[in-house]
Amino acid sequence: MHTYIIRRILYAIPILIGINIITFILFFVINTPDQMARLHLGMKRVTPEAIEKWKEDHNYHLPIFWNGSESGIKKITQTIFYQKSAGLFIFRFGKSDEGRDIAHEITQRMWPSLAIAIPTFIIGLMVNITVSLFIAFVRGSYLDMVTMIWCVIIMSISGLFYIIGGQFLFGKILNLVPISGYDSGISVFKFVVLPVLIGVIGGIGSGVRWYRTIFLEEIGKDYIRTARAKGLTETRVLFKHALKNALIPILTGVVVVIPQLFMGSLVMEAFFGIPGLGSYTIDAIRSQDFGIVRAMVFLGAMLYIIGLILTDICYSWVDPRIRFE
Amino acid sequence: MEIKLVFLWTDMLIYLLLLSAIGFAVYSIRFEHLRSPWRQVAHNRLAMVAGFVLFCYIIIGLCDSIHFQERAADEKGQIVKDSQGGIIYKPDVLSVLDILVTSIRENTEDSYSAPLATHSYSMKNITLPDGKQIRTYAKLKYEGKHLFGTDKVGMDVFYRALKGIRTGIVIGTLTTLIMLPFAIMTGIMAGYFKGWVDDLIQYIYTTLSSIPGVLLIASAILMLQVYMDTHADRFENIIIRADTRLFFLCVILGVSSWTGLCRILRGETLKLMEMEYVQASMALGVGHFKILLKHIIPNIMHIVLISVVLDFSGLVLAEAVLSYVGVGVDPTMESWGNMINAARLELAREPIVWWNLAAAFILMFGLVLSANLFADAVRDAFDPRLRTK
Repeated sequence: MHTYIIRRILYAIPILIGINIITFILFFVINTPDQMARLHLGMKRVTPEAIEKWKEDHNYHLPIFWNGSESGIKKITQTIFYQKSAGLFIFRFGKSDEGRDIAHEITQRMWPSLAIAIPTFIIGLMVNITVSLFIAFVRGSYLDMVTMIWCVIIMSISGLFYIIGGQFLFGKILNLVPISGYDSGISVFKFVVLPVLIGVIGGIGSGVRWYRTIFLEEIGKDYIRTARAKGLTETRVLFKHALKNALIPILTGVVVVIPQLFMGSLVMEAFFGIPGLGSYTIDAIRSQDFGIVRAMVFLGAMLYIIGLILTDICYSWVDPRIRFE
Repeated sequence: MEIKLVFLWTDMLIYLLLLSAIGFAVYSIRFEHLRSPWRQVAHNRLAMVAGFVLFCYIIIGLCDSIHFQERAADEKGQIVKDSQGGIIYKPDVLSVLDILVTSIRENTEDSYSAPLATHSYSMKNITLPDGKQIRTYAKLKYEGKHLFGTDKVGMDVFYRALKGIRTGIVIGTLTTLIMLPFAIMTGIMAGYFKGWVDDLIQYIYTTLSSIPGVLLIASAILMLQVYMDTHADRFENIIIRADTRLFFLCVILGVSSWTGLCRILRGETLKLMEMEYVQASMALGVGHFKILLKHIIPNIMHIVLISVVLDFSGLVLAEAVLSYVGVGVDPTMESWGNMINAARLELAREPIVWWNLAAAFILMFGLVLSANLFADAVRDAFDPRLRTK
């Protein structure tokens, strides 16, 4: 098991390098240093000297992948690619266009993102499992059909509608919560409650459908028939036997997203004015701050890979039948 | 009226897709095992209603995918020619849909008006025939003709929402079309050849899927934007610019959704490889190509079909979110995402302007709901695990 985990972690390294190459190509090869210099210095009346100076200052005068004029290891290190991406691996994200340290910004903005993402995740999971378990209990009935139709309807409504509608209803008409903003300390609750509520409602349609399928699949299995044959009540069969076993696919499906909760929700944070990582990313996209976007791509990819590794670990933990070779 | 057809990339691909869908339909009529799931779909009443709504949307989308320019004419209707006697066309590109709905396209007001209203939304100074000035709600030019009211510049909102249909359908279908050949090829190859081919393909899709989708799209669109700004001469007009961006968006969305299908197909191919009939044909020395074509591909097509119909609605919804973030379709393009984005602040007006949002959401909801219902029926019919009859 330990060797397997170590292998998985080592396997993540080439993937991270691959991601770096992709983002690097996207940002630097299509958009050459000359063009970037021009973009930063203003398009008009730029002297070639000014461009050279800018490139020199920002290390863009180096060759892209391979520096033939240097010797030894410097052939690789004295290149734009190495200079710009090696730091990412030790979380040196560099500075944003405004001159702020990106790594520091990220540690600051992580908390508001988590304040929204964690409650949304936990409450959403609980609501979805409860509803779908109940639906599995009354499967085939009229109630089951009506709930499923509602799930499709909820799924078919754009997420933007929930946000705009929710802000309008609770923020403007009923005046229960502020429309947007964020605060520290205990008063954060009134800013967080609406985004969490909207997040839970928006995810309920697909969530309930998904978990219901899992429960129904579990109910069709042999051990359930055995449990019924023993004379156990339907409630006991469902809540004790089926639920426990259905948690395996649910858990493994859910674990992969946990690390990504750090990234926050782009749209939600932008709408509610929450100073988290999601709105940080969106602002960076809008102001075309490539440094921040690259840092976020790297961070997001790394969290995803961590999620995959955690999923594998969870798999063998909850289901000892699974052994990794 | 002389016209010049304008062939946009997405238009041509949409019609290519239509042709291949017809081709697939003709092909499947010949085989009972392909006909019977469709019969099951046809017996599902809800699915057929959804399918009909979907069909209407698609017809509108197809009408909106034939573009042309009219000959330029002066006020008297005389055709204008340039100094060398060459033909000049009007700068704006129209579509067949524009012609079909000319009445609502050209019935513009001065500014906002509520749905089916007879008077304008805000008060205006009006000079009466006897010279007196009063401040009142002016009568609209086209009273009660605007189903969803008019927007800030007096355009009919229903017309704009109708134009959004094409964008939604293009994103929902072209994305899949573009990624499909690639996903099928890599998925099968990984599962069939195993070994280093499998490792390489797995590496590629793990890498691509670990990049957060929105960020990949955002960075790609940003790059396209920079490229377009520096090579402005290659994009002669706004329509072509917008179309290039739409096409590019489909490609990028395809790259990020390719990984999921590829993974499923790889798993399915691995499973098929253990089947006796595949083993038998291998033992008999049938070539790789023939095994793939005869035994593997026909047996994974139902998965491809299911994933195509299931992806559609998600992509339509994604368009709205991406346009909001600013990395969706071109801001000049008519799309539901752009409509919602532009109308977001109108709710703060007094009295509120809600019809822009309502029109976009209602039309989007109609498309996505019918697509979801239809997709469910198709999945139930084609998934062998769920098949009961």
